[in-house]
Amino acid sequence: MNFETTIGLEVHIEMKTKSKAFSPAPVKYGVEQNTNTNVVDWGFPGVLPTINKGSLEYGMRAALALNCEITKDIHFDRKNYFYPDNPKAYQITQAQTPIGRNGWLEIEVNGEKKKIGIEEMHVEEDAGKNTHSPDGYSYVDLNRQGTPLIEIVSKPDITSADEAYAYLVRLRQIIQFTGISDVKMEEGSMRADVNVSVRPIGSDKFGTKTEMKNLNSFEHVKKGAHYESKRQQRVLLSGGKIQQETRRFDEPTGETILMRVKEGASDYRYFPEPDIPPIHISDDWIEEVRASIPEMPDKRREKYVSSWGIPEYDAGVLTQTKEMSDFFEATVAEGAAAKLAANWLMGEVNAYMNANKLELLETKLTPEHLASMIKLIEDGTISSKIAKKVFQEIIANGSEPKAWVEAKGLVQLSDPAVLEPLIKTVLDNNEKSIEDFKNGKDRAIGFLVGQIMKGTHGKANPKIVNKLLMDSLKKR
Amino acid sequence: MAISASEVKHVASLAKLAFTDEELQKFTGQMDEIIEMVQQLSEVNTDGIPVTTSVTDAIGVMREDVTVSGTSREELMKNVPQHQDGYIKVPAIIDESEEA
Repeated sequence: MNFETTIGLEVHIEMKTKSKAFSPAPVKYGVEQNTNTNVVDWGFPGVLPTINKGSLEYGMRAALALNCEITKDIHFDRKNYFYPDNPKAYQITQAQTPIGRNGWLEIEVNGEKKKIGIEEMHVEEDAGKNTHSPDGYSYVDLNRQGTPLIEIVSKPDITSADEAYAYLVRLRQIIQFTGISDVKMEEGSMRADVNVSVRPIGSDKFGTKTEMKNLNSFEHVKKGAHYESKRQQRVLLSGGKIQQETRRFDEPTGETILMRVKEGASDYRYFPEPDIPPIHISDDWIEEVRASIPEMPDKRREKYVSSWGIPEYDAGVLTQTKEMSDFFEATVAEGAAAKLAANWLMGEVNAYMNANKLELLETKLTPEHLASMIKLIEDGTISSKIAKKVFQEIIANGSEPKAWVEAKGLVQLSDPAVLEPLIKTVLDNNEKSIEDFKNGKDRAIGFLVGQIMKGTHGKANPKIVNKLLMDSLKKR
Repeated sequence: MAISASEVKHVASLAKLAFTDEELQKFTGQMDEIIEMVQQLSEVNTDGIPVTTSVTDAIGVMREDVTVSGTSREELMKNVPQHQDGYIKVPAIIDESEEA
């Protein structure tokens, strides 16, 4: 029997508003435990949550960027559960009126494009963080409690582990370009729950699904989904049944392990949040938010290729992250030739980031400096060889390239009045090479250019040197 | 019966409550009466009327995204039975994964 796999992804993304979804306490990662919380986050008796307009705006940005319809009349619901990471004993979420519905994004796997539907998106609140200790206690930090989340639920359109991976990469890219989140898996600002089921090909009913929660890398999602699909097929082929359960991806073995059999959904006893009256989202507000969304990667890529003459592949690399794309555009806006800016960013800048394990914005490089250096190369002030030196300086120490080049005396020698006497001396000292040249040995030119470069400590403009040298040789 | 003893037991366990058999019988009977009473509402024709999610006429007022410093940790910890190094200390519960 042949099976087909269905994968559903529920992705939670922390939105970087200034304050929390329902309280004005600051949203901040990596601060001292329990210092960014207030009585609303702690669920003290008598406190009232007030919705942060920014969290709805960010949620709408994400929903619009993912081609969703916006739900105009929304209310919030309570999802009830007891766990120390949330002292209120309920999470405020959107069970009935998700901010967005019926969206999609496009993925490409092995050269094939495919639209993956988005069922719905909810604005909700994150919980605090529990740390389990071997002493039999858990230690709770509520700083994260109340941080606004956008939950993105895919339609059952994903049919392989590779597609799941491509979906996550694409989702992260789009969300990053909206500017609402850093979407860092390693810091937990993006987390994925994965549902997997299999069914015989041709069956019109989905199989029973299993769930893996809070996976913290795209690679784990891919491996976990792949393993789970194969495992379920094995169980079914041997006459067994899949039960609805939560499993854990085990990194060392690459297998999934049973954690617990799942509770039914009704156990959360959802009901409308009585403390937050319904909210109406006007068309004007939607349009205002739509206008605030930065240009998306697809649009940028198209612009780079058709207007700026950047090759398709390069345009793809430059639009992988918003930081890179913004940096590239700013460099071009400062007057650098687009093609050169692209080459530097993809070549030397990328290499520097990798070698030093730095993000682009953690280096000392600015678009102004990169553009200024590129202009120095273009107008012949520095050679491309010297440029590499200049580059190291501006990316490591943040120096202004023009001033630094002048201070270090690295300006390229292009003045014939200075170069000609030097060429004459070199030729006078190398009669043999002149003879070789006349006998058709082109290698002699390389040697002579080398001697001239040496005489100027590498500062001579190679183009000018070549031209002057050929003129002088012909005269001899 | 509008509600069974096993349903009451289930709801009790979700609320982390444990009842004796005697209590269970008593509460099942009481809850049954409450539900019977509330069920009178189903006689009203509600076709075409949207679900009521709020009982006030208020339209939600939103707050601008502006921060106010958190409540003093020292003050908050006054209501915490056990704390250590700025963390709330609770008996470990590890058979449930974090929800979000």
